[in-house]
Amino acid sequence: MGMTMTQKIIANHCGKTSVEVGEFVEMNLDIVLGNDITTPVAINEFNKMGAEEVYDKEKIVIVLDHFTPNKDIKSAQQCKISREFAKEKEIVNFFDVGQMGIEHALLPEKGLVVAGDTVIGADSHTCTYGALGAFSTGVGSTDMAGGMALGTTWIKVPSALKINITGKKKPFVSGKDLILHLIGKIGVDGALYKSIEFTGEGIKELSMDDRFAISNMAVEAGGKNGIFPVDDKTINYMEERKIKEWKIFQADEDAVYDQVIDINLNELEPTVACPSSPENTKPIDEIKDIYIDQVVIGSCTNGRIEDMRAAGQILKNRKVDPGVRTIIIPATQEIYKQCIKEGLLEIFIDAGAVVSTPTCGPCLGGHMGILAAGEKAVTTTNRNFIGRMGHKESEVYLASPAVAAASAVTGKIENPNNLK
Amino acid sequence: MDIKGKAYKFGSDIDTDLIIPARYLNTTEPEELAKYCMQDIDETFTEKINQGDIIVAGKNFGCGSSREHAPIAIKAAGISCVIAKSYARIFYRNSFNIGLPILESKEASDNIEEGDHIAVDFSKGIIRNITKNEEYKADKFPDFIQNIIKYDGLVGYVKNKLNQGAKNDI
Repeated sequence: MGMTMTQKIIANHCGKTSVEVGEFVEMNLDIVLGNDITTPVAINEFNKMGAEEVYDKEKIVIVLDHFTPNKDIKSAQQCKISREFAKEKEIVNFFDVGQMGIEHALLPEKGLVVAGDTVIGADSHTCTYGALGAFSTGVGSTDMAGGMALGTTWIKVPSALKINITGKKKPFVSGKDLILHLIGKIGVDGALYKSIEFTGEGIKELSMDDRFAISNMAVEAGGKNGIFPVDDKTINYMEERKIKEWKIFQADEDAVYDQVIDINLNELEPTVACPSSPENTKPIDEIKDIYIDQVVIGSCTNGRIEDMRAAGQILKNRKVDPGVRTIIIPATQEIYKQCIKEGLLEIFIDAGAVVSTPTCGPCLGGHMGILAAGEKAVTTTNRNFIGRMGHKESEVYLASPAVAAASAVTGKIENPNNLK
Repeated sequence: MDIKGKAYKFGSDIDTDLIIPARYLNTTEPEELAKYCMQDIDETFTEKINQGDIIVAGKNFGCGSSREHAPIAIKAAGISCVIAKSYARIFYRNSFNIGLPILESKEASDNIEEGDHIAVDFSKGIIRNITKNEEYKADKFPDFIQNIIKYDGLVGYVKNKLNQGAKNDI
């Protein structure tokens, strides 16, 4: 019986020629990732395991990106624990303030993850690297600790959903709209324990940044991972950052899927997930007169250069509504520099937005843009759960950078096609 | 029976931001995290529960972030077991890894009401509703997971592997 792309990568990393759905395997790991919130817990467990050294100093990646630059004394203590561990264990890929970016934008940019890799990360959005044709999935801190100690982890071989993409995107439609649409269709547990495998001729219409946003939110449908086949765009992206070899896996022709879902890009509209679940999606024109207090453009979902350009295209020669606090966060230092080179920061500041150093801050209600009771925000982040960005009576609408920027301009949820 | 406690009911898709809001993740201390468990969905939750009580929820419990702080907060708050129709996969792994007992049972989730007195026999996978005098069957965990439980979670499992590795080297 044929295997899916995910199953082939797993088989390859546990020394088998084939694996079957539901089988438990011990899989070798190419990268084990943690951040400033999850790594301190992992360090405790790592020590309890009696491990003395990490399995490979070059394959552990620690990024201090959530509550950094340190938002308070307790966060500073947590970062210090991770920093000291990284130093003691001689972790090569440790990224502190100044080098760090939002982890899931940073690792691909540095070439640390490539096609065919297996990655576990103590961060649920580790599934982002599926965009590169890697098998990557989120785990907790104890699993991170086990991964650091052994270089392996246990995985139950997943079945898969096949998403067949056709057609061409309309103006102001992006990868974010596609993934929100899909989550709306299948629900927040529609892919529970499963792989989501994207395929079809429409994939060539999707840029790498579109694909990162799509794979990133596979977890919001409950998915174990969300993976794309490797094409010329993937290879060009990896070539520019090459520090290691990649391996290309393809799903077998006779691979078995639980379900095939068709998405025609021609029919896709800018899409918004309303409070308080990512599955609560609507095409933007069905949303009327929702006035907002804040816009956030950034995060591991939409803080990449194309996202910044999409915001810049809308905000150029326009002003944000004075009632909307507009916070723009390029996800990495490289993206930040590119924004400077392209004149985007000037556009943002002239429009009345603020631009922050890379941080996950507002996405999870940590810092840099917390909402008060009754406030509403349009954000390009990935979750709109109750209390996610602040007070439990605040509300978050998830959208693309173009929709978020257009909404900042008019002060209410806005279809960018309607801007004059 | 292994545990006995009063049931506290929650709906489906209870996410980890509800279980422990991210604003409290600047610490890893279980007792500190426990204070804020379920705060944004029920402010009085930690005040009204007693040691050994049980959370009963719908589908996809623990969706969202990978934060292990979520099962840690539940366990440290004194909850002895979570019963749900299904779990988000990271929460599922985390619970075994840190030793928070969880059970999957659609029947129990549908029939147990807030305040019912519940007893659980883990070895038999039986959930007894003392208030209603009913019994429900929990789904059996795969052998691989049972093996991790046998080692009291992933720490023991990895420890054993590391020791074996050391032996193999000799």
